[in-house]
Amino acid sequence: MARKSSDRPTARPPDRRIIGKALRKVDAVAKVTGTTKFADDLAFPRMLYCKLLRSTQPHARIVSIDTSAARTLDGVQAVLTGQDVPIPFGILPVSQDEHALCLDKVRFIGDPVAAVAATSEETATAALDLIKVAYEPLRSFDSAEAAVANPEPRIHDYGDSGNLHKLIDLEFGDADAGIAEGDLVREDLFFFEGSTHLPMEQHAAVAQWSPDGKLTLWSSTQTPHYVHRALAKVLGLPAARIRVIATPNGGGFGGKSDPFNHEIAVAKLAMLTGRAVKITLTREEVFYCHRGRHPTLMWVRTGAKKNGAITGMHFRSLLDGGAYGSYGVASTYYTGALQTVTYNIPRYHFQGARAFTNKAPCGPKRGHGTPQPRFALEVHVDKIAEQLGIDPAELRLTTLVPPNSLTANYLRVGSMGLGRCIEKVIEGSGWKRKFRKLPNGRGVGLACSSYISGAGLPIYWNNMPHSGVQLKCDRGGGVTVFCGSTDIGQGSDSILAYIVAEVLGIDPFDIAVVTADTDLTPVDLGSYSSRVTLMSGNAALQAAERARQILALHAAKKLEIPAERVTFADGRVFDSEDRKKGMPFADAVQVAEAAEGTVGTVGSYTPPKSAGRYRGAGVGPSPAYSYSACVAEVDVDPETGIVRVPTIWIAHDVGRSINSAAVIGQVEGSIYMGLGEALMEEMAYRGDRNVVHKIPSLLEYKSPTTLEMCDVVTYLVEDPDPNGPFGAKEVGQGPLLPVMPAVANAVYDAVGVRIDEVPITPEKVLKAIRRKAKGEEGRVGPEAFPDIPWPEPTRVPTPWEGGDGKAVERVRA
Amino acid sequence: MATSNESKTKIGLTINGEGTEVAFASHKTLLEVLREDLGLTGTKHGCELGECGTCTVLLDGTPVLSCLVLGLACAGRDVRTVEGMASAGKLHPLQETFADLGAAQCGYCTPAFLLTAEALLATNPKPTRDEIKDALAGNLCRCTGYIKIYEAVELAAARMRGESAEPTRESLYGA
Repeated sequence: MARKSSDRPTARPPDRRIIGKALRKVDAVAKVTGTTKFADDLAFPRMLYCKLLRSTQPHARIVSIDTSAARTLDGVQAVLTGQDVPIPFGILPVSQDEHALCLDKVRFIGDPVAAVAATSEETATAALDLIKVAYEPLRSFDSAEAAVANPEPRIHDYGDSGNLHKLIDLEFGDADAGIAEGDLVREDLFFFEGSTHLPMEQHAAVAQWSPDGKLTLWSSTQTPHYVHRALAKVLGLPAARIRVIATPNGGGFGGKSDPFNHEIAVAKLAMLTGRAVKITLTREEVFYCHRGRHPTLMWVRTGAKKNGAITGMHFRSLLDGGAYGSYGVASTYYTGALQTVTYNIPRYHFQGARAFTNKAPCGPKRGHGTPQPRFALEVHVDKIAEQLGIDPAELRLTTLVPPNSLTANYLRVGSMGLGRCIEKVIEGSGWKRKFRKLPNGRGVGLACSSYISGAGLPIYWNNMPHSGVQLKCDRGGGVTVFCGSTDIGQGSDSILAYIVAEVLGIDPFDIAVVTADTDLTPVDLGSYSSRVTLMSGNAALQAAERARQILALHAAKKLEIPAERVTFADGRVFDSEDRKKGMPFADAVQVAEAAEGTVGTVGSYTPPKSAGRYRGAGVGPSPAYSYSACVAEVDVDPETGIVRVPTIWIAHDVGRSINSAAVIGQVEGSIYMGLGEALMEEMAYRGDRNVVHKIPSLLEYKSPTTLEMCDVVTYLVEDPDPNGPFGAKEVGQGPLLPVMPAVANAVYDAVGVRIDEVPITPEKVLKAIRRKAKGEEGRVGPEAFPDIPWPEPTRVPTPWEGGDGKAVERVRA
Repeated sequence: MATSNESKTKIGLTINGEGTEVAFASHKTLLEVLREDLGLTGTKHGCELGECGTCTVLLDGTPVLSCLVLGLACAGRDVRTVEGMASAGKLHPLQETFADLGAAQCGYCTPAFLLTAEALLATNPKPTRDEIKDALAGNLCRCTGYIKIYEAVELAAARMRGESAEPTRESLYGA
């Protein structure tokens, strides 16, 4: 049965032995000894190697593909083209627009058109050179603006309008009227450049076909469940005959969350050849897989009272989606969803558009669709505070969304520790003596953020749980936890062990964790949207509590005490009133097993129902929102425009740490990745007729090394949320969000110029400083937002205007 | 890469303290020889272009990018990989501290960081934070933000000097 927040048991051991402690992760020793098997570490007898031939054209019709010469090359075992795997797929039901290999046209440089399986990687590579593809080039588009301006030729034959994939218009109350009530009305434009995940592990997959009709795929994927679905669909095999095993991911960050063409290609090649087939992408190919941050242009208009209270907001975003749908529809909604969960916005209008362009597809990168609007909002708020003459920290503290409230767009906020987060970083950073007081070239900036702890709705809408756990107690005292969740380095395997260990009073290292294997483990939807600790954690908690109940029942009989006095701790099961009266945990399992048979339980988790009932209400709801506040201190060299960040102070409301060291690790990693996005990371394309990625390498795509990384002072704010296991909320993504706006605001404090786009490169800073010196506006950023054919808005009355979460029926003239 | 059709050259070298003979196609890099011909998959790759440091091993005690070193160039030399760090079932002090502090998240870059840090401590047993940063500047990590790695190196260095050092409360529980 699915766990609902209402049926949570309240009796828990008062002093936690495991939860909150800085313990080793269960896989730490495997990681530090190099024994963890990543996908590319797997090898099988007679294994073949797959390479993909990728498009050299950004947008073209495929006139012909001649594979005859490649097929005759010694060592080549099979060659595939699009016709061999013609069924489309995609992560979202509404955008099944990808093919394992392009069918009739290519949509970006890097789009795969053919696959070869050969006895060596070199032979496969040589075979690619023998494949002749004739293209008929089509006009290509390198930016969202170009896609807006040119409805034809269409990159896809579906979508809301021309080359606009998705158009959204949601209005919660009369935003214009709300804005007009402000003493101040401010409009700003922002741009957030695309960036990529850059996991150190390149994607890899191995497929094996057995003559009994069973397919096994090992893959570095964050979402084995969705890969399972896509394989079944495209290959026409029953899902019961497909086993997907997610190998430990060498970093994910969202980049391994889609079902991928290379996974389907090796599966099909394994079926054709009857041999194991492996593919490992090159680093350059990882840039073509991408699915990273959408480049996003944003416009925002806000009304505010003299004290900073927001009266209404209108927010527009235009996302450059690249060549395919991926998670893009959800990403677009996310650029408008979470503005309302930090500062009180009583009336809110969101318009979002996603364009198709001829670049590698964009999708979910850490923060998924929310870092861009968060950057815009936090810099916008900083400007409003300055215009009103209020300290930006004070302004934020006076406009906070209260805990246990409903926002204008029907997001249910539970625990809300942002106020405490702001206070922590203000105090820790010495904000009051630094803000607007440091010498020229040095400055501080503040920004805040919030993120979901998992989405309230699954990608494929159904009534089943989002996460399941099975638990088996061995008569030797060991416990095995089975869960579909995928460890991508964040520590999700360990979370399962800690929670079960806490409930059963045993050592987490006496627990075996079996995860991410569709044959062995119950479904967990995947490692995305920061859902795993909360959802698989709750499922594990339920399974463990059920096991404890069974064990307690029989231990009580044996000890001749009431069951409620049976306590589990330190590997023993004993009488809470007489610790000596008890037995080892293993004996308790044996007593129960003798009485009932094998001791095994299940647990599962389904999020609470969302309050919003309008179309589009599926994106934004979450069982719990995390909160972060961040102060960045910067050093700006006015001669070179180089921005250095010596220190960042971050406070994160995690609800409750399951493992505090792991939480801090996620915070520091988020700060690092945010710093990269703030200062240097960008997906740069040569924007002429040939839209080609300029820098698909680890050297040229700049990311922070040890020499650029800042010091980080982390404060954990623990405000337990009733929906989280032991009160836990997310930490893997939220702390990234405030970094970019905090740095931008600090640059303004340091040198008085506004860089309204990221990355904040030396060129932009210098340009703004020079403009300012000439008496012009000291700003670099976008100048205009294009006209978009917005649809009629979906109007949803706010909760305080008598709304019930549903949209008002449109009156047709 | 499979090498069925290629002629192989045999060399002798020392790997993790043991004399070894291995035959491989002469164009192969040390990275490929380790992973494909010797089954030592603890050495990882991030680019195979010498850009990320992920494939670092120690060659005669010095960190090298194994993707840029020809296997043939290692004849008669001493190679140390992550597989050689733990001995007799006991972790190296660096492995202990990396595990305890969470300096390994996904673990993919970890072997390279461990070996680079080991080489640093061999010549500089008491490095400053800046010296650690300099030594590790050629290794990319996308998970940790490097901070837990610095702390793990400092803690292991102290223990290797014989001090009874423990992690700071701040690094495990926050400020």
